[in-house]
Amino acid sequence: MASAIAVVGVSFGAIAVASGLDWWMPTALSVLVFAGGSQFMVVGVVAAGGGLVAAVLGALLLNARHLPFGMAIGEILGKGRLARLVGSHLLIDESVAFTMAQKDPVRARAVFWFLGPTAFVVWNVGTVVGALAGQVIGDTDAFGLDAAFPAALLALVLPALKNRRVRDASLLGAAIALATTPFLPAGVPVLLALGGLVVLIPAPERDEVPA
Amino acid sequence: MTITAILILAAGTYAFRAAGPLLRARMVKAAARRGDAATAELPPRLTELMSTAATVLLVALVATSALTDAGSFAGIALPAGVLAGGVLAWRKAPFVVVVIVAAAVAAGLRLLGVP
Repeated sequence: MASAIAVVGVSFGAIAVASGLDWWMPTALSVLVFAGGSQFMVVGVVAAGGGLVAAVLGALLLNARHLPFGMAIGEILGKGRLARLVGSHLLIDESVAFTMAQKDPVRARAVFWFLGPTAFVVWNVGTVVGALAGQVIGDTDAFGLDAAFPAALLALVLPALKNRRVRDASLLGAAIALATTPFLPAGVPVLLALGGLVVLIPAPERDEVPA
Repeated sequence: MTITAILILAAGTYAFRAAGPLLRARMVKAAARRGDAATAELPPRLTELMSTAATVLLVALVATSALTDAGSFAGIALPAGVLAGGVLAWRKAPFVVVVIVAAAVAAGLRLLGVP
Protein backbone atom coordinates (compact mmCIF):
# COMPACT_ATOMS: atom_id res chain seq x y z
CA MET A 1 0.00 0.00 0.00
CA ALA A 2 2.78 2.46 0.96
CA SER A 3 4.61 2.17 -2.37
CA ALA A 4 1.41 2.77 -4.36
CA ILE A 5 0.66 5.88 -2.27
CA ALA A 6 4.24 7.10 -2.78
CA VAL A 7 3.97 6.76 -6.58
CA VAL A 8 0.66 8.63 -6.73
CA GLY A 9 2.17 11.30 -4.45
CA VAL A 10 5.19 11.77 -6.71
CA SER A 11 2.92 11.98 -9.79
CA PHE A 12 0.73 14.51 -8.02
CA GLY A 13 3.67 16.74 -7.06
CA ALA A 14 5.22 16.57 -10.54
CA ILE A 15 1.95 17.16 -12.41
CA ALA A 16 0.96 20.07 -10.13
CA VAL A 17 4.29 21.86 -10.62
CA ALA A 18 4.27 21.03 -14.34
CA SER A 19 0.85 22.69 -14.65
CA GLY A 20 2.31 25.92 -13.31
CA LEU A 21 1.96 25.81 -9.50
CA ASP A 22 4.76 26.74 -7.09
CA TRP A 23 6.26 23.73 -5.28
CA TRP A 24 4.75 24.69 -1.91
CA MET A 25 1.16 24.58 -3.23
CA PRO A 26 0.94 20.81 -3.90
CA THR A 27 2.89 20.33 -0.65
CA ALA A 28 0.40 22.43 1.35
CA LEU A 29 -2.48 20.52 -0.28
CA SER A 30 -0.91 17.17 0.64
CA VAL A 31 -0.28 18.13 4.28
CA LEU A 32 -3.53 20.02 4.97
CA VAL A 33 -6.08 18.29 2.72
CA PHE A 34 -4.53 14.79 2.50
CA ALA A 35 -7.11 13.40 0.04
CA GLY A 36 -5.59 12.51 -3.33
CA GLY A 37 -8.63 12.64 -5.61
CA SER A 38 -9.66 16.11 -4.45
CA GLN A 39 -6.09 17.40 -4.74
CA PHE A 40 -5.90 16.19 -8.36
CA MET A 41 -9.29 17.80 -8.94
CA VAL A 42 -8.38 21.34 -7.81
CA VAL A 43 -5.06 21.22 -9.67
CA GLY A 44 -6.71 19.81 -12.83
CA VAL A 45 -9.52 22.37 -12.91
CA VAL A 46 -7.17 25.28 -12.24
CA ALA A 47 -4.71 24.01 -14.88
CA ALA A 48 -7.57 23.87 -17.41
CA GLY A 49 -8.21 27.56 -16.74
CA GLY A 50 -11.22 27.03 -14.47
CA GLY A 51 -12.25 29.22 -11.57
CA LEU A 52 -11.11 28.53 -8.00
CA VAL A 53 -14.69 28.46 -6.70
CA ALA A 54 -15.71 25.64 -9.06
CA ALA A 55 -12.44 23.81 -8.30
CA VAL A 56 -12.83 23.99 -4.50
CA LEU A 57 -16.56 23.20 -4.63
CA GLY A 58 -15.93 20.10 -6.75
CA ALA A 59 -13.15 18.96 -4.41
CA LEU A 60 -15.34 19.45 -1.32
CA LEU A 61 -18.18 17.44 -2.89
CA LEU A 62 -15.62 14.74 -3.60
CA ASN A 63 -14.53 14.71 0.05
CA ALA A 64 -18.05 14.45 1.49
CA ARG A 65 -17.52 10.68 1.34
CA HIS A 66 -15.15 10.97 4.33
CA LEU A 67 -18.12 11.55 6.64
CA PRO A 68 -19.37 7.93 6.53
CA PHE A 69 -15.75 6.79 7.03
CA GLY A 70 -15.71 8.29 10.51
CA MET A 71 -19.16 6.90 11.25
CA ALA A 72 -17.98 3.43 10.28
CA ILE A 73 -14.88 3.27 12.49
CA GLY A 74 -15.48 6.12 14.99
CA GLU A 75 -14.48 4.39 18.27
CA ILE A 76 -11.44 2.75 16.67
CA LEU A 77 -9.67 6.12 16.71
CA GLY A 78 -9.57 6.10 20.52
CA LYS A 79 -11.35 7.80 23.42
CA GLY A 80 -9.16 10.85 24.02
CA ARG A 81 -9.74 14.23 22.42
CA LEU A 82 -6.25 14.30 20.89
CA ALA A 83 -6.70 10.83 19.36
CA ARG A 84 -9.97 11.97 17.78
CA LEU A 85 -8.55 15.25 16.48
CA VAL A 86 -5.47 13.65 14.93
CA GLY A 87 -7.18 10.40 13.92
CA SER A 88 -9.90 12.24 11.99
CA HIS A 89 -7.27 13.74 9.69
CA LEU A 90 -5.95 10.24 8.94
CA LEU A 91 -9.33 8.91 7.71
CA ILE A 92 -8.54 8.08 4.07
CA ASP A 93 -9.87 5.40 1.72
CA GLU A 94 -6.93 3.04 2.35
CA SER A 95 -6.63 3.30 6.16
CA VAL A 96 -10.41 2.91 6.58
CA ALA A 97 -10.65 -0.10 4.26
CA PHE A 98 -7.85 -2.00 6.02
CA THR A 99 -9.15 -1.07 9.48
CA MET A 100 -12.68 -2.25 8.69
CA ALA A 101 -11.27 -5.60 7.54
CA GLN A 102 -10.13 -6.33 11.15
CA LYS A 103 -12.62 -8.15 13.41
CA ASP A 104 -10.84 -7.55 16.71
CA PRO A 105 -11.18 -3.88 17.85
CA VAL A 106 -7.76 -3.82 19.55
CA ARG A 107 -6.11 -5.06 16.39
CA ALA A 108 -8.20 -2.68 14.26
CA ARG A 109 -6.93 0.26 16.35
CA ALA A 110 -3.32 -0.90 15.94
CA VAL A 111 -3.81 -1.26 12.17
CA PHE A 112 -5.38 2.20 11.86
CA TRP A 113 -2.67 3.93 13.92
CA PHE A 114 0.03 2.19 11.91
CA LEU A 115 -1.40 2.71 8.39
CA GLY A 116 -2.77 6.25 8.86
CA PRO A 117 0.51 7.91 9.91
CA THR A 118 2.51 5.78 7.43
CA ALA A 119 0.28 6.89 4.54
CA PHE A 120 0.54 10.52 5.68
CA VAL A 121 4.34 10.50 5.73
CA VAL A 122 4.71 8.59 2.44
CA TRP A 123 2.14 10.78 0.65
CA ASN A 124 3.83 14.01 1.71
CA VAL A 125 7.39 12.89 1.05
CA GLY A 126 6.22 11.68 -2.39
CA THR A 127 4.58 15.03 -3.13
CA VAL A 128 7.72 17.03 -2.26
CA VAL A 129 9.95 14.70 -4.31
CA GLY A 130 7.56 14.98 -7.28
CA ALA A 131 7.28 18.75 -6.97
CA LEU A 132 11.07 19.16 -6.96
CA ALA A 133 11.44 16.78 -9.94
CA GLY A 134 8.66 18.62 -11.78
CA GLN A 135 10.62 21.87 -11.58
CA VAL A 136 13.42 20.35 -13.65
CA ILE A 137 11.09 19.42 -16.51
CA GLY A 138 10.56 22.24 -18.97
CA ASP A 139 7.99 21.68 -21.76
CA THR A 140 5.61 19.29 -20.02
CA ASP A 141 3.42 18.59 -23.07
CA ALA A 142 6.47 17.27 -24.96
CA PHE A 143 6.86 14.70 -22.16
CA GLY A 144 3.16 13.81 -22.32
CA LEU A 145 2.59 14.85 -18.70
CA ASP A 146 -0.88 16.13 -19.61
CA ALA A 147 -1.79 12.50 -20.41
CA ALA A 148 -0.27 11.24 -17.14
CA PHE A 149 -2.84 13.14 -15.04
CA PRO A 150 -6.08 11.69 -16.51
CA ALA A 151 -4.46 8.25 -16.81
CA ALA A 152 -3.52 8.31 -13.11
CA LEU A 153 -7.07 9.29 -12.13
CA LEU A 154 -8.56 6.65 -14.43
CA ALA A 155 -6.43 3.95 -12.77
CA LEU A 156 -7.69 5.15 -9.36
CA VAL A 157 -11.42 5.09 -10.21
CA LEU A 158 -11.45 1.95 -12.39
CA PRO A 159 -12.20 -0.51 -9.52
CA ALA A 160 -15.31 1.51 -8.50
CA LEU A 161 -16.70 1.22 -12.06
CA LYS A 162 -17.25 -2.54 -11.65
CA ASN A 163 -20.56 -1.67 -9.99
CA ARG A 164 -23.19 -1.24 -12.74
CA ARG A 165 -25.07 1.67 -11.12
CA VAL A 166 -21.83 3.56 -10.44
CA ARG A 167 -20.68 2.92 -14.02
CA ASP A 168 -23.96 4.11 -15.58
CA ALA A 169 -24.02 7.27 -13.44
CA SER A 170 -20.38 7.98 -14.32
CA LEU A 171 -20.85 7.51 -18.08
CA LEU A 172 -23.94 9.74 -18.13
CA GLY A 173 -22.09 12.34 -16.02
CA ALA A 174 -19.06 12.28 -18.33
CA ALA A 175 -21.34 12.75 -21.36
CA ILE A 176 -22.97 15.78 -19.71
CA ALA A 177 -19.56 17.25 -18.85
CA LEU A 178 -18.19 16.76 -22.38
CA ALA A 179 -21.30 18.18 -24.04
CA THR A 180 -21.22 21.35 -21.93
CA THR A 181 -17.44 21.93 -22.00
CA PRO A 182 -17.42 24.13 -25.16
CA PHE A 183 -19.94 26.55 -23.62
CA LEU A 184 -19.01 26.84 -19.94
CA PRO A 185 -15.93 27.89 -17.95
CA ALA A 186 -13.64 25.00 -16.94
CA GLY A 187 -14.69 23.27 -13.72
CA VAL A 188 -18.42 23.90 -14.13
CA PRO A 189 -19.01 20.98 -16.57
CA VAL A 190 -17.43 18.60 -14.02
CA LEU A 191 -19.93 19.80 -11.39
CA LEU A 192 -22.82 19.37 -13.87
CA ALA A 193 -21.71 15.74 -14.27
CA LEU A 194 -23.44 15.13 -10.92
CA GLY A 195 -26.63 15.08 -13.03
CA GLY A 196 -25.56 11.52 -13.87
CA LEU A 197 -26.66 10.59 -10.33
CA VAL A 198 -30.29 10.41 -11.57
CA VAL A 199 -29.33 6.83 -12.48
CA LEU A 200 -29.46 6.05 -8.74
CA ILE A 201 -33.14 7.02 -8.35
CA PRO A 202 -34.60 3.54 -8.81
CA ALA A 203 -33.90 1.48 -5.65
CA PRO A 204 -30.91 -0.85 -6.05
CA GLU A 205 -31.43 -4.58 -6.48
CA ARG A 206 -30.19 -6.52 -3.48
CA ASP A 207 -26.91 -7.59 -5.11
CA GLU A 208 -26.15 -4.05 -6.35
CA VAL A 209 -25.66 -2.32 -3.00
CA PRO A 210 -21.99 -1.37 -2.75
CA ALA A 211 -20.17 -2.93 0.21
CA MET B 1 -4.25 28.61 -6.74
CA THR B 2 -4.25 30.73 -3.62
CA ILE B 3 -3.50 29.96 0.02
CA THR B 4 -7.13 30.92 0.83
CA ALA B 5 -8.49 28.27 -1.56
CA ILE B 6 -6.16 25.65 -0.05
CA LEU B 7 -7.22 26.57 3.50
CA ILE B 8 -10.95 26.50 2.65
CA LEU B 9 -10.59 23.07 1.05
CA ALA B 10 -8.52 21.83 4.01
CA ALA B 11 -11.02 23.13 6.60
CA GLY B 12 -14.02 21.70 4.74
CA THR B 13 -12.39 18.31 4.28
CA TYR B 14 -11.38 18.16 7.95
CA ALA B 15 -14.95 19.06 8.96
CA PHE B 16 -16.30 16.06 6.98
CA ARG B 17 -13.72 13.79 8.61
CA ALA B 18 -14.23 15.03 12.18
CA ALA B 19 -18.04 14.98 11.88
CA GLY B 20 -18.15 11.21 11.32
CA PRO B 21 -16.92 10.02 14.75
CA LEU B 22 -18.90 12.79 16.54
CA LEU B 23 -22.12 11.88 14.73
CA ARG B 24 -21.56 8.22 15.49
CA ALA B 25 -21.08 8.86 19.22
CA ARG B 26 -24.28 10.91 19.29
CA MET B 27 -26.33 8.30 17.43
CA VAL B 28 -25.07 5.47 19.65
CA LYS B 29 -25.99 7.48 22.75
CA ALA B 30 -29.46 8.27 21.40
CA ALA B 31 -30.04 4.60 20.54
CA ALA B 32 -28.98 3.57 24.05
CA ARG B 33 -31.43 6.08 25.56
CA ARG B 34 -34.24 4.58 23.48
CA GLY B 35 -33.12 1.14 24.62
CA ASP B 36 -32.25 0.06 21.06
CA ALA B 37 -29.13 -1.82 20.10
CA ALA B 38 -26.20 0.57 19.61
CA THR B 39 -26.29 1.40 15.92
CA ALA B 40 -24.80 4.31 14.03
CA GLU B 41 -25.25 4.15 10.31
CA LEU B 42 -26.38 6.59 7.67
CA PRO B 43 -29.15 5.32 5.42
CA PRO B 44 -27.49 3.00 2.83
CA ARG B 45 -28.94 5.03 -0.05
CA LEU B 46 -27.22 8.19 1.28
CA THR B 47 -23.89 6.38 1.61
CA GLU B 48 -24.30 5.04 -1.94
CA LEU B 49 -25.08 8.56 -3.18
CA MET B 50 -21.94 10.05 -1.57
CA SER B 51 -19.52 7.40 -2.82
CA THR B 52 -21.06 7.36 -6.31
CA ALA B 53 -20.92 11.17 -6.51
CA ALA B 54 -17.17 10.98 -5.85
CA THR B 55 -16.67 8.51 -8.71
CA VAL B 56 -18.92 10.52 -11.07
CA LEU B 57 -16.89 13.68 -10.43
CA LEU B 58 -13.57 11.92 -11.00
CA VAL B 59 -14.71 10.19 -14.21
CA ALA B 60 -16.02 13.53 -15.56
CA LEU B 61 -12.65 15.08 -14.73
CA VAL B 62 -10.87 12.24 -16.57
CA ALA B 63 -13.14 12.64 -19.62
CA THR B 64 -12.82 16.41 -19.89
CA SER B 65 -9.07 16.52 -19.26
CA ALA B 66 -8.41 13.63 -21.69
CA LEU B 67 -10.61 14.81 -24.56
CA THR B 68 -10.70 18.60 -24.37
CA ASP B 69 -8.15 21.38 -24.12
CA ALA B 70 -9.23 24.98 -23.48
CA GLY B 71 -12.85 24.19 -24.37
CA SER B 72 -12.31 22.40 -27.68
CA PHE B 73 -11.20 18.95 -28.90
CA ALA B 74 -7.73 18.06 -27.59
CA GLY B 75 -6.40 16.27 -30.70
CA ILE B 76 -5.22 12.68 -31.03
CA ALA B 77 -2.04 12.32 -28.95
CA LEU B 78 -3.53 13.18 -25.54
CA PRO B 79 -6.61 10.87 -25.69
CA ALA B 80 -4.50 8.10 -27.23
CA GLY B 81 -2.04 8.29 -24.33
CA VAL B 82 -4.83 8.22 -21.73
CA LEU B 83 -6.51 5.30 -23.53
CA ALA B 84 -3.24 3.33 -23.52
CA GLY B 85 -2.90 3.96 -19.78
CA GLY B 86 -6.56 3.02 -19.21
CA VAL B 87 -6.18 -0.31 -21.01
CA LEU B 88 -3.09 -1.12 -18.93
CA ALA B 89 -4.90 -0.17 -15.70
CA TRP B 90 -7.80 -2.42 -16.73
CA ARG B 91 -5.29 -5.27 -17.31
CA LYS B 92 -4.08 -4.63 -13.74
CA ALA B 93 -0.69 -3.18 -14.68
CA PRO B 94 1.16 -1.45 -11.80
CA PHE B 95 0.24 2.20 -11.30
CA VAL B 96 3.70 3.51 -12.28
CA VAL B 97 3.52 1.62 -15.60
CA VAL B 98 0.08 3.10 -16.34
CA VAL B 99 1.27 6.66 -15.78
CA ILE B 100 4.56 6.30 -17.64
CA VAL B 101 3.05 4.54 -20.68
CA ALA B 102 0.27 7.16 -20.95
CA ALA B 103 2.83 9.96 -20.96
CA ALA B 104 5.18 8.09 -23.33
CA VAL B 105 2.44 7.36 -25.90
CA ALA B 106 1.29 11.01 -25.94
CA ALA B 107 4.89 12.27 -26.14
CA GLY B 108 5.81 9.73 -28.86
CA LEU B 109 2.83 10.65 -31.05
CA ARG B 110 3.67 14.35 -30.73
CA LEU B 111 7.27 13.60 -31.68
CA LEU B 112 5.89 11.99 -34.88
CA GLY B 113 3.91 15.15 -35.60
CA VAL B 114 0.48 13.87 -34.50
CA PRO B 115 -1.45 16.80 -32.91
